Amino acid sequence: MENYFYLIVILPLAGFAVNILFGKRINSEKFSGIFSSLTVFISFIISILALTEILNLPESSRIIYIDYLEWINAGSISLSFRFLVDPLSVIMILIVTGVGFLIHIYSIGYMHNDENYHIFFAYMNLFIFAMLILLLADNFVLLFLGWEGVGLCSYLLIGFWYEKKFTGDAAKKAFVVNRIGDFGFMIAMFLIFINFNTLNISDFNGILSTGNFNINQPLLITIALLFFAGATGKSAQIPLFVWLPDAMAGPTPVSALIHAATMVTAGVYLVARNSILYVLAPDATFIILMVAVLTAIITASIAIRQNDIKKILAYSTISQLGFMFIALGNFAFAVAIFHLMTHSFFKALLFLGSGSVIHSMNDEQDITKMGGLKSKMKITYLTFIIGALAISGIPPLSGFFSKDEILYKTMTEYGSLIYIIALLTAGLTAFYMFRLVALTFNGQPRYDTEKVHPHESPAVITIPLIILAALSAIGGFIGLPHYLGLPNLFGNFLKPVFEKSLALRNSYSPEMVHPVSLELILVVLSVIVAVIAIIFAYKKFSGKSEFPESKGFAKVLENKYYVDEFYDKTVVNPVLKSSEVFFWKIFDIKIIDGFVNLFSGTFLRLADSWRKFQSGVIQDYTTATVIGIVIVILYLLFK
Amino acid sequence: MSNILSILIFFPIILSLPLIFFKKENTLLIKSYALGISLITFLLSVVLYFEFDVTSGDFQFIEITEWVKVINSNYYVGIDGISLLLILLTTFIIPLCVFASWNTINTRMKEFYFLFLVMEGSLIGVFSSLDLILFYVFWEFILIPMYFIIGIWGGEDRIYATIKFFLYTLAGSVLLLIGIIWVGFLCSPVQGQFTSDLNHIMKMSVLLPLNKQIILFILFTLGFLIKVPLFPFHTWLPDAHVQAPTAGSVVLAALLLKMGTYGLIRFSLTLFPAAFVKLTPYIAILAVIGIVYGGLLSIVQKDMKKLVAYSSVSHLGFVVLGTFALTVEAVQGSVIQMVNHGLSTGALFLIVGMIYERRHTKEISEFGGLRKVMPVLAGIFLLISLSSIGLPGLNGFIGEFLILVGSFGSQNLGSNLYTILATTAVILSAVYLLWLFQRVMLGPLEKEENKKLKDISKFELLSIIPILIFVIWIGVQPNTFLKVSENSVKKIITNFELSKDKMHFEEVKD
Repeated sequence: MENYFYLIVILPLAGFAVNILFGKRINSEKFSGIFSSLTVFISFIISILALTEILNLPESSRIIYIDYLEWINAGSISLSFRFLVDPLSVIMILIVTGVGFLIHIYSIGYMHNDENYHIFFAYMNLFIFAMLILLLADNFVLLFLGWEGVGLCSYLLIGFWYEKKFTGDAAKKAFVVNRIGDFGFMIAMFLIFINFNTLNISDFNGILSTGNFNINQPLLITIALLFFAGATGKSAQIPLFVWLPDAMAGPTPVSALIHAATMVTAGVYLVARNSILYVLAPDATFIILMVAVLTAIITASIAIRQNDIKKILAYSTISQLGFMFIALGNFAFAVAIFHLMTHSFFKALLFLGSGSVIHSMNDEQDITKMGGLKSKMKITYLTFIIGALAISGIPPLSGFFSKDEILYKTMTEYGSLIYIIALLTAGLTAFYMFRLVALTFNGQPRYDTEKVHPHESPAVITIPLIILAALSAIGGFIGLPHYLGLPNLFGNFLKPVFEKSLALRNSYSPEMVHPVSLELILVVLSVIVAVIAIIFAYKKFSGKSEFPESKGFAKVLENKYYVDEFYDKTVVNPVLKSSEVFFWKIFDIKIIDGFVNLFSGTFLRLADSWRKFQSGVIQDYTTATVIGIVIVILYLLFK
Repeated sequence: MSNILSILIFFPIILSLPLIFFKKENTLLIKSYALGISLITFLLSVVLYFEFDVTSGDFQFIEITEWVKVINSNYYVGIDGISLLLILLTTFIIPLCVFASWNTINTRMKEFYFLFLVMEGSLIGVFSSLDLILFYVFWEFILIPMYFIIGIWGGEDRIYATIKFFLYTLAGSVLLLIGIIWVGFLCSPVQGQFTSDLNHIMKMSVLLPLNKQIILFILFTLGFLIKVPLFPFHTWLPDAHVQAPTAGSVVLAALLLKMGTYGLIRFSLTLFPAAFVKLTPYIAILAVIGIVYGGLLSIVQKDMKKLVAYSSVSHLGFVVLGTFALTVEAVQGSVIQMVNHGLSTGALFLIVGMIYERRHTKEISEFGGLRKVMPVLAGIFLLISLSSIGLPGLNGFIGEFLILVGSFGSQNLGSNLYTILATTAVILSAVYLLWLFQRVMLGPLEKEENKKLKDISKFELLSIIPILIFVIWIGVQPNTFLKVSENSVKKIITNFELSKDKMHFEEVKD
């Protein structure tokens, strides 16, 4: 396997290099788009090969390590480019290269006629490269390389249309906010190295599963929370979620690939990859649950009052990521990954669908200025409906299976209160999605029909939509709930990865057996909530044409709870102000440098006063000499 | 080639002399000659690299010749892996400076290149001297060419800046000289006689009582810290950088500052271990303050060069922290960080210089949207910024990571709070560099005078592409360079531990 597997990362990297170095000279959209998509396609094929290799192994030993180059050797640190291929990473690379390939194809059409077409594809390829490194790395530092690499690509692609004023701000915000999380990630690495003398992921997990650790050791809680701090950055959870809505400044395929389907799930992957750590530190895991529940409900509530089609989807993404962390918080690691997968299908679909709409509306993103697009863009409409139903949890679409399993785990692990919040969030999700659908596709046009002529997008855009719609529709069947009595392929495949963690969890908190009826009741309940929310939203917004200014709490929601303003007031501005006014202009210039100048000035003044002795008059010198001699003589006489 | 070190030191110095006799009008000859000499010096240093035995941490290519007999000072040179990396950095950067000055220095060309070559030889001398007096001579001598480079080819306030630079660092050097003289008498193998032989002194100085060690340590270290410069001794640096011509800034940041950090490892650490341990908390605190403070001040600068200057204060704080962490990982990190800072900050000054040459201003607010007219320079600028930010896969990360991970569990620091505070620099550096990049390169291209600016020329590429190669090389395969200094660093730390044990032994005996 190692004789070809490296190509999975090398090819996208080559796609990047060729496009960035020679793209301009080749000057062919066809070449850039197809070459770049092809590299991702081959990576996808390699992922499938990896899947078959893994499946050929006996279940208990489905793990392959591949060592390539050495990387950093210093003292007792020894790191290499070492890949870890197991069911978890295989699923992840299949999602990234599969969905990634579809979005590359879509971009061929979407980015048509862009001045920097080749650079766009270069960055997209670089992203695939970095994301695969992140997922395959077997040491934390290499994972961090991928982690930072995807952050860089996110930065580059958010700011892709650099001539617009706000893209630069959004891009920088994304990078800097992520770096705040990375601070936690780095400290976690240091703690692991100092205490376990390794930075290798499998070694670290191996040490943790020896059984020599008590539950909730402070050290493990600290490491767990620091990694989660990194995850709140990358996966946009409270308190660091603020960068993701702004990130919508980038081209829509970027939002679909990076800011919905793949990169933002890296935090989920990180926690799942270290599942044993979180099982050993249930207090930390509980904090994850709390943060996730809050994030999910708060951002879903923001989404119901947004009018920018991409912003709604961005808040929806944060909320759905919250759902994945809720699953992790309930130790349902495989379920989190399952939702990660179905979400990547339907959210990529929704973003690409919104891109198709935006494109045909001449870059309009405000859904209050749309309406009636149903008849004009049939494929976009139908696929979008499938995506919206999937995220709302309508059976038998994919989102239904993954979300219901999360809701069920929430109920059985921590009981009704958190369950009710999660259920409410699910209801809000259905509501804001169908508000979006109703305002965009139903009713009468609210745009200038003279100037804007919406039309269906070309096949290069609609075909990826159709494929993603199919995946969103049937993707859930590989993870069937056990009450149906059929095998859960997805869960079984991931089982060996989380086996030890779950056994450990069982040893100190045995799983209770619940009647199937409970699960069925919950399913019915959540479907009822979703259906009611959908009907309500459809009725309310389908014919709406007036959009009065919002008041009261609605205004707070519209302004996203003023979180950005709060951060500006409490962190950003004080740091900038104090740095400029105090640290620089007073402390550095007046005090430190003032002291330096005073010091040298004193020498000048001293020298100046001594210069008076050098009068140049012979008599003065003679006098001084005589006085000196007298002093010496007196000293010798009386000493 | 047993005397290859001497050849390296004196080749550029001696062959700088013919420049004086060149005709002033013959500018191409002058430039080509300087370039040729600096390139040959670089090739010589590459030979040195291949001849060097990385499996040993001992000094190599040693040469001893009697020099000033009255004070028993010898011409005594030799290098270990740490010196070798810094010599390679020196010979690598100087030709790039010649490229960078090719079209920008048009007055007193002869003198300019003469001074550069003299400086190159002296720098190699600093990094290879094993005799304290010899070291001091090279160390001081470098002030003179730098003084003139800023004073003659600098900006408007060059006189204030260059005198400040000269006097400030001279003040530190004077203390260093007092320290050298005192330790030379204290540690001579023959009672009452003076010695400046590093090996002799080292054997005795580690056994000196703590109070004497502390005074000597301060005399030595203060000079080094001013040169680094460590907070709060840094105020000469922004002034000097802002006024210096591009090549001057590059040499100053990339090479001259490294003399300070080199001195810390070579002398402060090895000669006075007990004082080193004792004073670690104070210097580590200053280093951490410098890291954060330099970052905060960089954020709010309005002048591109000042911004990069303050970022140096932050980056070199890392080197000092790593040195005082005294673990193999951290000191290795410090050594590679010296090289990285030389490459990244050197390149940043080159880029700022290129932009300055086009617009004759360094005010950040004068720019915006330049990427539209200079996409290639923008790409290079971004890549270098990312290297300085410490993006994994590029050089900056290697040093930063090793320093942080190595200092986190350091016994000598005794607390991981230093590292935690220093790690905030990963946030600050992203803020100031990406914001700088955004304000200069991104956004709409509004100003009329910016609309016709030209992208980087082929010639300018020559000065910066070599740096880019190493930025990526060190990021991906740092072992090429880490292994050069690995054994030397290990040896220094082993010696340190041994002498610390001896100290305890002596204390017990007393």
